[in-house]
Amino acid sequence: MTDETRDRQALLARAFIEAIPHAQALGMKLQDIGDGRAEIVMDYDERMIGDPATGVIHGGAVSALMDTCSGAAVMAHPSHPMGTATIDLRIDYMRPAKPGDAIKAVAECYHVTRSVAFVRATAMDADEDRPVATATGAFTIETGGK
Amino acid sequence: MKIKKRPEPVQKVKQRRDGVLQSLVTGVPYIQFLGIQFDRLGDELTAVLPYDDKLIGNPMLPALHGGVTAAFLEVTAIIELSWAMAWADMEAGKLDEESPNIRLPKTIDFTVDYLRSGLPRDAYARARVNRSGRRYASVHVEGWQDNRSRMFAQATGHFLMPQRDD
Repeated sequence: MTDETRDRQALLARAFIEAIPHAQALGMKLQDIGDGRAEIVMDYDERMIGDPATGVIHGGAVSALMDTCSGAAVMAHPSHPMGTATIDLRIDYMRPAKPGDAIKAVAECYHVTRSVAFVRATAMDADEDRPVATATGAFTIETGGK
Repeated sequence: MKIKKRPEPVQKVKQRRDGVLQSLVTGVPYIQFLGIQFDRLGDELTAVLPYDDKLIGNPMLPALHGGVTAAFLEVTAIIELSWAMAWADMEAGKLDEESPNIRLPKTIDFTVDYLRSGLPRDAYARARVNRSGRRYASVHVEGWQDNRSRMFAQATGHFLMPQRDD
């Protein structure tokens, strides 16, 4: 792949992610994408608080971030899927994210078959050595042919 | 013959239960952000997610965002669990209706099974607490849209229960 096609692919993937209304609503920003990997950052926002007593972000918002990032990793796989949808996603919450910190998700699509993609993802706050949550999921591969 | 105590007026009972439920739901900003509401019949809760454009994940289909579905089911599980936990105290009149100060359970893990794509319409969900011990709870949630018998997603989650003071 030439640098030009790689840049073009990254640009398209970026536009695709940024066209997702819910990703926009949560203020997700795509930091890096390519070769079956994606990195998305979501700033701390008081609208996403799940526990008013502590100000910790709701697990559901972390789920939305992990799901988006995992889907982006599938789209960035070298097999060039036309589209993807979540089949199942499991999230393990290791610890509460620090209130005020942005949350970063990194997803890796580590295996694909003709119809299924397997993904793992990690979410972290500023203390990147201690993940906030991890996820594993299976996604569909849409080839457009059907 | 013993004279039975007069039952509480129904309006008072309803007001107390709805008050506790409302403060539980409106206290969480993220539930407000997604626009989730709860219908109550006795102790049975049904979560309602009214459709909104910002909930879309795939604008081409269009379909609800998988993360929205996950969040909706997780919110349903947490509220059901908190509600079930608070029920006895609430009925005994031990909770302050305005600010019942119920501590929320913490999610340990949550697994969502996406059965069909979420349509751009209202969604509903009900949770069932399969096991609730002193420390851990296991909850199953079913989500549907137009037809109750056609689920669009289901989920199972494990939760860490807040420590009770008593």
